[in-house]
Amino acid sequence: MTNGVETLRKVTYREAVREAIREAMQKDTRVFLMGEDVGHYGGCFAVSKGLLEEFGPERIRDTPLSESGFVGAGIGAALGGMRPIVEIMTVNFSLLAADQIINNAAVYLHMSGGLFNVPLVIRSATGGGRQVGAQHSRSLEGWFAHIPGIKVLSPATVEDARGMLWTALEDPDPVLIFENSGLYNMEGMLPAGAGAVDIDRARVRREGKDITLISYSASLFKSLDAAEILSREGIEAEVIDLRSLRPLDEKTFLDSVAKTHRALVVDEGWRTGSLAAEISARIMEGAFYELDAPVERLCSAEVPMPYAKHLEEAALPQVDKIVDLARKMVKADG
Amino acid sequence: MPKKEIELPYRVSYLSILDENGQLDKELEPDIPEDLLLKLHRGMLLARRFDERMLTLQRQGKIGTFAPIKGQEASQLGAVALLEPSDWLVPSFREMPSELWRGKKMENILLVYGGYNEGGHIPSDLNDLPVSIPVGTHPLHAAGIAYAMKYRGKKDVAMTFFGDGATSEGDFFEAMNFASVYQVPLIFVCQNNQWAISVPRSKQTRSRTLAQKALAFDMPCIQVDGNDILAVYAAAKEAVERARSGGGPTLMECITYRMSVHTTADDPKRYRTDEEVAEWEKRDPLVRFQKYLKDKGLLSDEKIQAVDEEVKSEVKAAEGRWEEITRKTPDPLDMFEHLYAETPPHLLEQRAELERELAEKRKEADNG
Ligand SMILES: Cc1ncc(C[n+]2csc(CCOP(=O)(O)OP(=O)(O)O)c2C)c(N)n1
Ligand SMILES: [Mg+2]
Repeated sequence: MTNGVETLRKVTYREAVREAIREAMQKDTRVFLMGEDVGHYGGCFAVSKGLLEEFGPERIRDTPLSESGFVGAGIGAALGGMRPIVEIMTVNFSLLAADQIINNAAVYLHMSGGLFNVPLVIRSATGGGRQVGAQHSRSLEGWFAHIPGIKVLSPATVEDARGMLWTALEDPDPVLIFENSGLYNMEGMLPAGAGAVDIDRARVRREGKDITLISYSASLFKSLDAAEILSREGIEAEVIDLRSLRPLDEKTFLDSVAKTHRALVVDEGWRTGSLAAEISARIMEGAFYELDAPVERLCSAEVPMPYAKHLEEAALPQVDKIVDLARKMVKADG
Repeated sequence: MPKKEIELPYRVSYLSILDENGQLDKELEPDIPEDLLLKLHRGMLLARRFDERMLTLQRQGKIGTFAPIKGQEASQLGAVALLEPSDWLVPSFREMPSELWRGKKMENILLVYGGYNEGGHIPSDLNDLPVSIPVGTHPLHAAGIAYAMKYRGKKDVAMTFFGDGATSEGDFFEAMNFASVYQVPLIFVCQNNQWAISVPRSKQTRSRTLAQKALAFDMPCIQVDGNDILAVYAAAKEAVERARSGGGPTLMECITYRMSVHTTADDPKRYRTDEEVAEWEKRDPLVRFQKYLKDKGLLSDEKIQAVDEEVKSEVKAAEGRWEEITRKTPDPLDMFEHLYAETPPHLLEQRAELERELAEKRKEADNG
C-alpha cells in the first residue's frame, strides 16, 4: 500500500494457481500435491512448475497413471489427517475416478454418521476450444455440481484462481476446483496482499440495467466482451460470475433479474439437464413475476466436441451469439 | 499343515533374437518368408518417414497435436503382422505403424490430425477400432470383442496395444482378469517405451517386469526386446496361435523406446537426458533389421535407398490427396453427424438453428 493506493501486479492465471499452492504448502505441512506429471514436468499445464524443487518429492508427488488410484488414495490421506490437493490432469480423465468422487468422497460423512469428513481438494482443467477432440474437451463441471456432498468451484479471475484454494483446503468437505484450460495464459491484476477469498458467493462483474448475463469460468469473459459491444448499442448488460456451482448463490442472480427483468445463461456445458437448466428453473421459481422475457440459454451444441477448428468454434458459445441473443431479448418487448 | 511354495502355471521369460549389434541367435531365428521380411522392412520405413513428415507438418501448423511413433516400428509391426484381415485391432493413440500396416490410408490419418472428421473413417472391410485417448480403458473392449468371437464360434482374435503407463490403470487389470477367466482369444501388447509423458517406467510400478502382471491371472506372458522385430514376431506368433486355437489370452511386454516427443505439445528435455536418448538410438530397430536383411542377402544399401525413395514419394502423394480433400472445407453442420444411428429430433432442431444462423451470417457478409 502506498498513498492509500493498493499496489497491483500482473500475473497469469497459471501463476496465480501456483502461488496459491505454494502458499498453502508453506502454511500447512499437512498439504501435499499429487497427480500425473505434477513433479519434474511441473504439470501438464505447467501449473506446478518449480514446486518439486521447492518442496521435494514427498510433498509434490508424481503418481502412477491411475486416476481412481490417486483420487481414492487422496480420500484416504484426507481421512488420515492430511490436506491433499489432488490434480486430475483434465476433467475428461476424472471419469476414471468418478466412483471415488461421487460414490465415496461425497458420502463418507453421511455414511459414517458424521464421524469421517473428507477434507480433500481436487483440481482439474476443463473446457473445450483447444482443438484436441471429443475425449479431451469436455466441460463436466455442471455435471459434478449435480452431486450432493461435494462443493464445486469455478474460478474465472486471477484473484479467484489465487484465492479459492486456501478456502477450499480449510473446508472440511471435498471441494472440486475446475480451471478452464483456456484461461491459464490469461493475465490479470492481483493486489499485492491477495489471499483467500470466500467460496460461496457469486459476483456482479459488470453492472447493467437491461439484461442479466449469467455465466462462469471462460464464458464469463465472452459475456463481458458481449456486454461491451451491447453497451455501444445502448444496451446495458449486467454480468454475473457464479464462481461456485455447488452450492449456487441464487440470491445474487435473482436480485439482478429483479433489476433487469431479463436473463440469459451462458454455459459451455450441454443444454439438456444442465447447470443452465438449473439456473433457469431457479429464476422461474424465484423471479418469475419479474421477467419481461423468457429466460434463454446459450450452451454448447449437443455433440461430442469436434476436432476441426471452425467446427469447434461453431459448437461453443461465442461472443457474437451472446450479442445476437441478448439484443433479440431486449428488443422483443421494446 | 505344511507351509509350502505354490507353483504357478507360468513364469516370465525374456526373448531377444537379434541383439542391438545385429548379432543373430540362429537357434531362435523365426522362419519368416522372404516377401514378408521385405514387407516388414518397407512398413517400418514407411512409418518412420510418415512420422517425420507429420512432425514437419505439425511444426508448420498444418496439423494439430499428435503422438509420434519413432522407435516403436518393430514393436508394433512384429505383432500386427500375425493378424489376419478379419482379426481385430484395438489401438491406443500411438499405433500409426500398425494402422498403416492394416490398410488405413495416410491421407485419412492426416485428416484426423488436421481436424476433419472424415479422417476417422476406417476402411469398412477392417475390424480396426479408432484411436482411444483415455489411457488404458480400451483393453476392456478388446476383451469383450474377443469374448464375442469365442461365443460366436469365430476364428478371429483381438490384439490390443497400450503403453507402460496404461498398466497402472485399474481397467487394464480388469481386462486381463476378464480375458483370463473366460479364456478369450486376445493378445495384450504392451508398448513399454519407458515413459508415460514425464513419468519414467521405474515410477510407474515397482514390479521388475510389466509382463509378470499376467501371472496374477494365471495368464501366459513374455517380455521381448521390442526393437528386435524377430523377437516380437516370434512371441506374437506363439500368442496368436494359442489364442486362435482356444488357448486363451497372452500378455506381451515389448521393451522399446519413445525416441521422439510424447506428443507435439511436449518437450522431453524437461525430464530426460540427451545421453539416455543417444543410448537408445544405438538400439534403433530399423538399423538393426536392415543389417539382418543385408546379411541375409535380401537387401543392399542401394535397394534400401530405392525403398526409401519409394516410401517418401508415397508419403508425398498421400499428402497431395489430403490437401485436395481439405480444400473442400467441411460444413460446420457436419458436427451433428454420427452421434446416433438415426439423428433424433432435438439434434435436427439444433442443426436447423445453426443452419439458419450460418445463412444469416452469409447474408450479412454478402450485404457488405
Ligand atoms: C485416463 C487418462 N489419464 C491421463 C491421460 C493423459 N495422458 C495421455 S498419454 C499419457 C501417458 C501414457 O503413457 P503410456 O501408457 O506409457 O503410453 P505412451 O504415451 O508412452 O505411448 C497421459 C498421462 C489420458 N489420456 N487418459
Ligand atoms: Mg509409455
